[in-house]
Amino acid sequence: MSDKLPWIILFGPLTAALLILLVTRRQRQLSAGLSVAAVALSFLGSCLLFLQTGDQHVQFAWLDFSPRLLVNFGVTVNVLSKTMLLVVTGVGLLVHVYSVGYMEEDRDMARYFGGLSLFMFSMLGIVLADNFVMMFIFWELVGVSSYLLIGHWYERPQAADAANKAFLANRIGDFGFMIGILMLWGLTGTVDFATLQTTLAGYQEKGMIGDILPYLTVAALMVFCGPMGKSAQVPLHVWLPDAMEGPTPVSALIHAATMVAAGVYLLVKISFLLALVPTAREVIAWIGIITAVMAALMATQQSDIKRVLAYSTLSQLGYMICAVGVAAGEAAMFHLFTHAFFKALLFLGSGTVIYAMHHEQNIWKMGGLRAKMPITFWTFLLGTLALMGCPLLSGFYSKDAILVAMAREHPAICVLGLFTAFLTAFYMTRLFVVVFINRPTSDAASHAHEAPAIMSWPLLILAVPAVGAGWKFVAGPFGLGGAHDETTHPGSVLLGYVPVLAVSAFIVGALLGFIVYRNRAADPINIAAFRRKFYFDEFYAVLIRLTQDGLARLTALVDRWVIDGAGVRGVSGATWGTGFMLRFLQVGNLQAYAFLFGLGVILAIYLAILS
Amino acid sequence: MVHEVVNQVMGVSEGLLPFLLLVPLVAAVFVLFGAPARPVSVGAAALNLGLALCQCVTYEKPFSYTLFDVVPSLDLKFLVGLDGLSLMMVLLTTLVTLGAVWMTSKVESGENAFYASLLFISAGAMGAFISFDLFFFYAFHELALIPTFLLIGIWGHGDNRVAAAWKITIYLAVGSIVLLVGLIGLYGSLPVGQRTFDLVKLRELATTTSLIAPSAQRWIFPLLLAGFGILISLFPFHTWAPEAYAAAPTPAAMLHSGVLKKFGLYGLLRVAVPLLPAGMQAWTNVLLVLLIGNILFVGYVAVAQKRLDLLLGYSSVMHMGYIFLGIASLNIIGLTGASVMMFAHGLSIAVLFAVAGEVRARTGTMRLDELGGLAQPMPYLALIFGLAMFASIGLPGFANFASELMVFFGAFGAGSGAFGYEAAVAGKFNLYQIATVCGLWGVVVSAIYMLRAYRRVFLGPLRSTSADVAAAGHPVTDDLSGNRRWALALLMAGLVVVGFRPGLLVNALQPVLLRTLPANVSATTMLPASGVPAHPQAAVVAVVPPRG
Repeated sequence: MSDKLPWIILFGPLTAALLILLVTRRQRQLSAGLSVAAVALSFLGSCLLFLQTGDQHVQFAWLDFSPRLLVNFGVTVNVLSKTMLLVVTGVGLLVHVYSVGYMEEDRDMARYFGGLSLFMFSMLGIVLADNFVMMFIFWELVGVSSYLLIGHWYERPQAADAANKAFLANRIGDFGFMIGILMLWGLTGTVDFATLQTTLAGYQEKGMIGDILPYLTVAALMVFCGPMGKSAQVPLHVWLPDAMEGPTPVSALIHAATMVAAGVYLLVKISFLLALVPTAREVIAWIGIITAVMAALMATQQSDIKRVLAYSTLSQLGYMICAVGVAAGEAAMFHLFTHAFFKALLFLGSGTVIYAMHHEQNIWKMGGLRAKMPITFWTFLLGTLALMGCPLLSGFYSKDAILVAMAREHPAICVLGLFTAFLTAFYMTRLFVVVFINRPTSDAASHAHEAPAIMSWPLLILAVPAVGAGWKFVAGPFGLGGAHDETTHPGSVLLGYVPVLAVSAFIVGALLGFIVYRNRAADPINIAAFRRKFYFDEFYAVLIRLTQDGLARLTALVDRWVIDGAGVRGVSGATWGTGFMLRFLQVGNLQAYAFLFGLGVILAIYLAILS
Repeated sequence: MVHEVVNQVMGVSEGLLPFLLLVPLVAAVFVLFGAPARPVSVGAAALNLGLALCQCVTYEKPFSYTLFDVVPSLDLKFLVGLDGLSLMMVLLTTLVTLGAVWMTSKVESGENAFYASLLFISAGAMGAFISFDLFFFYAFHELALIPTFLLIGIWGHGDNRVAAAWKITIYLAVGSIVLLVGLIGLYGSLPVGQRTFDLVKLRELATTTSLIAPSAQRWIFPLLLAGFGILISLFPFHTWAPEAYAAAPTPAAMLHSGVLKKFGLYGLLRVAVPLLPAGMQAWTNVLLVLLIGNILFVGYVAVAQKRLDLLLGYSSVMHMGYIFLGIASLNIIGLTGASVMMFAHGLSIAVLFAVAGEVRARTGTMRLDELGGLAQPMPYLALIFGLAMFASIGLPGFANFASELMVFFGAFGAGSGAFGYEAAVAGKFNLYQIATVCGLWGVVVSAIYMLRAYRRVFLGPLRSTSADVAAAGHPVTDDLSGNRRWALALLMAGLVVVGFRPGLLVNALQPVLLRTLPANVSATTMLPASGVPAHPQAAVVAVVPPRG
């Protein structure tokens, strides 16, 4: 039984997705029920699996060209993947339940739940994958389920465009990812994580790593392109804010808690490789922290409630990626773990707000929701505090772990990390004050109601881990939140002050946000560069027009006028210059062609006999 | 006892092989002479699919036998047989034929001739794939091509159809002539005592001895490459294809792009790779450059297209580049990938053309800027097109992805010294690896144009029809109806089954393709599956045989 458990967890949601596609397409409630049941089953299985001690490794051959290339379909069950399984299925279950309420009136509810189940399958595949190719397969599949769900309301041009943008940004990342996989296979002949690890260890033992260091560095950076797309790091981050066009529960599950964290998960999984290539790690760390700072700056000026949260997600993902870069994979996983809960909570909270506001997302049209929606208010407050790094709440511990690691490896990055923490406190206070505390600024806000129980219960449940997931006795069994080995590592001057500085950043940021935004009806600060996202979209639009569209137009012209025009006619003119066959074909009919063919056959036989 | 029964069944199924050819041929003749066109055609196609599936189930190892002698003194005989590769092609042909016949909508005039043409194409394809004889392979491939010219010229779409019909006719005629010259050259270069059309015999001979002098191989190979290449739409001989597919009636486009185009690739795998390895190696650099043209140049041309039918045509041309890449890599991974991709591309492009045809029939336009939001009135067509689109841009779960993966691994590991520790130390990339990277970028490009097309045609607010059709009051409300849904679902099912279990095809193909690789190429230089080489030494996936 126990060795079948991973397969049940994995294929339950796929079964549901297929059943919805093939059978229950027209039954909305039944489809929703199937989908929820499948994820509940997976969650149950994950709990059972977590209670079992010991690792598992089951595989069978999917593409077998051994010994040259062997691609297994296999699963690895260890502490890392068990933890991730619980996060994915746990948050997933709550989001599914919440969706039943949120999507109640949607015409295409069946399609929505089909997509959600497909996503669960793909995401669980990423978690369990034991080799690069399988990881890549599910990596692409989460991409497509994300495409389907972002574009759920496909009649809206913005949603359809956002879906395309997300898919393409990820494809560009995957282009590099696949090159990286091929390079690693080219070196070692394997795509299996475990085998790769032992092979590289073998190289290291024999002192052969030095010669292939440039190659390995390039390979590692190529693999990193995958996480850059999936976890939306600069410069491939542009798709994530647009992805908020999808239904809000989708944003909570896919674009906050789980899928976007897959990049971090992959990097932690291949930390044995990253350990060998310091230059690549340095690049990763800088890309992470740049994303963290830039996204936080952009978040301070957004007025769409979901977009603020989206930029905050970008920023937190930047933290995690950066943590991997400073060789603190465990801290990255810790933050992934806590972030999944409080960010899912925040998104679902924003969902109830949007639901109550009749799909109004502009925070400047909200206000005063504290009294109208108490459950949302309190849970959102807890989520906000956790995200800001308020002591005793989960986010504080994991962020602290990352900042400590940064301080130890790279003081400059740590300073930027603290600055980001300050910004986080500032923009989240802004959001919270404007939405919940300030006076209502529209009719919808004055008449808002608390959402039905099926939507508020998930909020209450998520609030528990959002508060407590960082405590040592909670995180410990997941192999997270361990003690820092501060004694063995020299570290910088900054190291001892990190917790103090982090708390100060939280207090200063929150106070500043409260002072600036208390009782405001419009934003007193106006920085166009932040609001316009540093003009990335505009820049890419020009870039695409100049390069890709230009290239497309140029090749089309060459194809039409050079290859087809001059080329084909010129060549045919020369070849057929004497013209006997051409005339045959043009004046005669197609029988002439058949005749020619017969002639050819006779010629063949004739030649064969003679020579 | 059980064994005997099994043997008998197997014997019967071997004996049934010629019926794969006879069924469509006889049905075509009947239809031509006035039998009820649609029922007979669909019935024959379904029966043939049944026969093909029967062969798949009973297939154990390659077999071939002589049906009748033609010219004994020349060793020219009608030799039929099956191995993994031809079995896959037979399955592809029967699937696409059934799909094409089933999806044929009302033909205004000459319905019987139309259906008969489709069946003749199918029969020609079937004959080419079950002939293990060079002469009959060539003859059947011609038989299959001729009806397509008629279909385009007589029943085609648009003002351009006659021009397109002539263009494809002349183009493919030139290709056939070049190919014929190449084949004659090949036959003439065989040592006198060993001249035969028998492909099985030729391959046996080629594995043991250097059958054809390398100097001769070097001039024969480019003739075959050009001859087959024109049919496959190898860059820069591709410009006939998009126009012809746009002008062709939907079933003809499905059959031509799905099946007939694969003749050339099949021919390369059957003839050029096993018999002309030295010639192939001498020309791989040229081939690699041309196939990069297929992937990137044509890929970007596809991005610029403003009509759905032309876009699909260019996308079909582009994907040929990947199949060429797999063949050019000359190792078992690449060749298997190329073969599986022939199957995968055949099904996915047929579905895409079929849906495009339905869209045209309902809206009267193929212009992307006149279409939009069709997913609302036609959810089923949108679903199927979406699935086929994702298949064609290489999404896991469909056969296309598995084959692309094999092609990329095969190509990245191809060429001498491409592999292992020393190669990594040197850090240089050869042309194969550059082509692989171009191919990977092509995957991005194909996502760009396909998603853009899907967005324009099916998503967004509904913009139903061309001005003409709108004026005529043509309502765009109906989705694909009734049993024709099953036709497309059937083709998609083929893609999904192979996508989940590529081993089904790979296991059947591997023995054949391993034998196809000439002895010195398939030499047993294998990678260490894992682990560190004892002393730094490059391990090579495919050893290039010495020139000359």
